[in-house]
Amino acid sequence: MMTIACPWCGARPENEFHCGGTSHIQRPPLDCSDATWGDYLFVRANPCGLHAERWRHSYGCGQWFNLLRDTGTHEIKAVYAMTAPMPEPAPEAGP
Amino acid sequence: MRADKQGLYIAACHNDFAAYPRQARDGTLLMNHMAKRTRYSAWNLLAASPSHADWAPVWLDAEPKSRYDVVIIGGGGHGLATAYYLAKNHGMTNIAVLDKGWIGGGNTGRNTTIVRSNYLYPESARLYDFSVKLYEDLSRELNFNIMFSQRGLITLAHTRHDLDNISRWANAMRFNGIDAEILDAEKVRELAPRLNFDSGARFPILGGFTQRRAGSVRHDAVAWGYARGASRLGVDIIQNCAVTGFIRQGERVVGVHTNRGGVAGEIRADKVAAAVAGHSSQIAAMAGFRLPVTSYALQAMVSEPVKPVLDTVVLSPAVGAYWSQSGKGEVVIGGGLDLFPSYAQRGSFATSQMVLAATAEMFPSFGRLRLMRQWAGIVDVVQDSGPIIGATPAPGLYLNCGWGTGGFKAIPVGGWTLAHLLATGRNHELAEPFQLARFHTGRLIDEAAAAGIAH
Repeated sequence: MMTIACPWCGARPENEFHCGGTSHIQRPPLDCSDATWGDYLFVRANPCGLHAERWRHSYGCGQWFNLLRDTGTHEIKAVYAMTAPMPEPAPEAGP
Repeated sequence: MRADKQGLYIAACHNDFAAYPRQARDGTLLMNHMAKRTRYSAWNLLAASPSHADWAPVWLDAEPKSRYDVVIIGGGGHGLATAYYLAKNHGMTNIAVLDKGWIGGGNTGRNTTIVRSNYLYPESARLYDFSVKLYEDLSRELNFNIMFSQRGLITLAHTRHDLDNISRWANAMRFNGIDAEILDAEKVRELAPRLNFDSGARFPILGGFTQRRAGSVRHDAVAWGYARGASRLGVDIIQNCAVTGFIRQGERVVGVHTNRGGVAGEIRADKVAAAVAGHSSQIAAMAGFRLPVTSYALQAMVSEPVKPVLDTVVLSPAVGAYWSQSGKGEVVIGGGLDLFPSYAQRGSFATSQMVLAATAEMFPSFGRLRLMRQWAGIVDVVQDSGPIIGATPAPGLYLNCGWGTGGFKAIPVGGWTLAHLLATGRNHELAEPFQLARFHTGRLIDEAAAAGIAH
């Protein structure tokens, strides 16, 4: 079980949280091509390694925040605010 | 027995032998010249030498050649089935199957062995039922006992809403020509008496439906059976050979680099196909494109072996778990996904705990069983829970992935349709709706709700 450090509540067990998927996805302009829109909706880098992702402390404060987490080892490298830029070391930006 | 029949019989027996030792590429013999028994039959079992030393190896562990017509990445069920059907249905035998570990060591050896075709939409119903039908004949086809036990799969209903839902589900299946039988609570009790029918049960059982043709298969036997069939038709099965990159000619993929290194590690091919489930995104990244796939860990576990207690498969969509009993007597428990991206093949304790709590609730007597093993496989989940069987943005590279939590049941059809594409250059009609392009056109086949567990 992962222990996740909620920025507001501190270290809590993983099952209090909900993962919201890849972070930092930029919505393309609405007049973009179907291919660009499809990529925006569905296509992800899905790396084996560092991944920037959104998490919500669902059974706690209810707040969203970002994690930089290794998908191979589950090691959490950084916890940062929803609107903050991705800290170093930078993984591949998705999608 | 009449003479002509006897003649046929003897001819058949002679076919059971092969001058199995093939010449290695440097001209030396791999084994001695003795003919080996290849075909499994009562006759060969009785006629084998007392030590049974005259059986041919089940498949040959090959060394890579420098060029093939088709290189298949991934020696799981899907990759091996693809090789087998390329050779069997299309007469293509200059084929290599590469596995980074050992064949059947990934998700083929990690699933809960359930085969079913209880889908909602016609496209998926056709696809998965074709697979069930191939499974029904696979032991005979491969001359290898895959132990397909069609013991039925019961989907439980715990609420009025569930009852409405299973009526819709079972009726949709019947419209698609697939067997489904709605059950009242008493009938469920007859089929699975150990379920919790207590008046105070947390999840009361109001009814359910069963697909009687569903069941379980010996998973390793599927990998070994296809490997044996493919190897016998001349396919090279190469283990401990990881693909590290692609050889390109302009845009086109014309081969693979492997961890064997240098020139020895270069294998050229007219076409390359990947059947690597949860690692598909990594293959795509090597080829310079991305997929609509997210990799998750899917857990399973088995109890200590006990005498027969459950002779059907039971699924409760409400608790997100399903149960069956293996031929060895272990209660096989499957659950939902660990709902965060992962490549770690172990699964999180939080999810195991939920699945086991559900098990103890649904089958009170199972609460006394000791858990023997728990593990996870990495599954490739796409938005609509439909597979991807087709060409990719990299010319020359083809893909079979996206089966998510249900790839095992699809092994025969995944291999059949990918082989068709590789051999003919055209999508098989069953695979036509399951192309990457659907994520751009929006023509998704949204089975995400159909199977109760994750997809």
